[in-house]
Amino acid sequence: MVKTDKIRYSNVFMAFFRSGMLGFGGGPAVIPLLQKEVVERYHWMNDDEFGDTIALSNTMPGPIATKLAGYIGYKIGGLWGLLVALAASVIPTVVLMVLLLGVLQSYKDVPWVQNMSQTVVPVVAVMLGVLTWNFVQQSQKALGWGVAIFLIVISIIVMEVLGVHPAILIAALIAVVLVPFIKRVVSK
Amino acid sequence: MIYWQIFIAFFIPGILGYGGGPASIPLVEEEVVERYGWMSTQEFGEVLALGNALPGPIATKMAGYIGYMEGGLLGAFIGLFGTIAPSLILMLGLMAILFKYKDSAEVKNISKVVKPVIAVLIGFMTLQFVIESQSALGNIQTVAIMAISYLMLERMKVHPAAVIALALAYGAVTGI
Repeated sequence: MVKTDKIRYSNVFMAFFRSGMLGFGGGPAVIPLLQKEVVERYHWMNDDEFGDTIALSNTMPGPIATKLAGYIGYKIGGLWGLLVALAASVIPTVVLMVLLLGVLQSYKDVPWVQNMSQTVVPVVAVMLGVLTWNFVQQSQKALGWGVAIFLIVISIIVMEVLGVHPAILIAALIAVVLVPFIKRVVSK
Repeated sequence: MIYWQIFIAFFIPGILGYGGGPASIPLVEEEVVERYGWMSTQEFGEVLALGNALPGPIATKMAGYIGYMEGGLLGAFIGLFGTIAPSLILMLGLMAILFKYKDSAEVKNISKVVKPVIAVLIGFMTLQFVIESQSALGNIQTVAIMAISYLMLERMKVHPAAVIALALAYGAVTGI
């Protein structure tokens, strides 16, 4: 572990603050910015280590930006490094969000503010539509059209027709993949 | 107990959303709108729109804001904790094992098989927002705004924050 001092923590904060505040499009958009800070500016990791970290965090569910912040922060500064990196990447944007939506909420009975929250819905629909297509393409790339379409049809039937909670379907799929793996590891 | 509900509402998307924060959006909607009824689909859309207009990870912006609305500062903290902690603790705890097997086919397959499920969830959410928009704005405005924002976002590569600001401005002007 790298030697830690006060200056390092402010560096950790700035690295994650900058990449959080400049990355639009959710956590995955933050990755290239983080690479610039972690590898090129502060040399906390080399390119290979950073690539390994991405691969590692992709094996786990949940938001990617916070997994990276937590892991890299921990590696360079222990528990405090972890907390500083997480706070820097999460808190500023949450505060912005609460302030902005708070203002909008307090005027929500004003007709033109109401109208604002309606005209933004189709834009969100387009963004989600594009995101849907992204995930379809990712599925196709990872599994091929046959398996991808099969799993899409199964998901539609199970979740939308039968009304099963998505958590149950996802947990079942993970179990199907993971059981042979665990068996193999255990028997080794 | 509201704090427990907030934790569950963000723990489930955090532990099941393979593919980063955006993948957890429909899972959050499932909890926040469908299960706990904290907000309507339109309100969720508003949160999502502003979340997309602001920088940084989307999952934590939603967790922080919705947690704050339902349970104040402590609620925000619990929402964030539920989103961040489980997957991070798993990752740090299993680091040695994961590092050994991160290139193994099965481990890679986990995130692969979940992707079609996420695609379906976000797809149906898209549909829900289109229907929502039709009933609030009518067919013509819905199609027009969707077409224009698609062109701006995907063809002209205009910044999402600018497109959302434009839609808000249009709503303000036509609402006066």
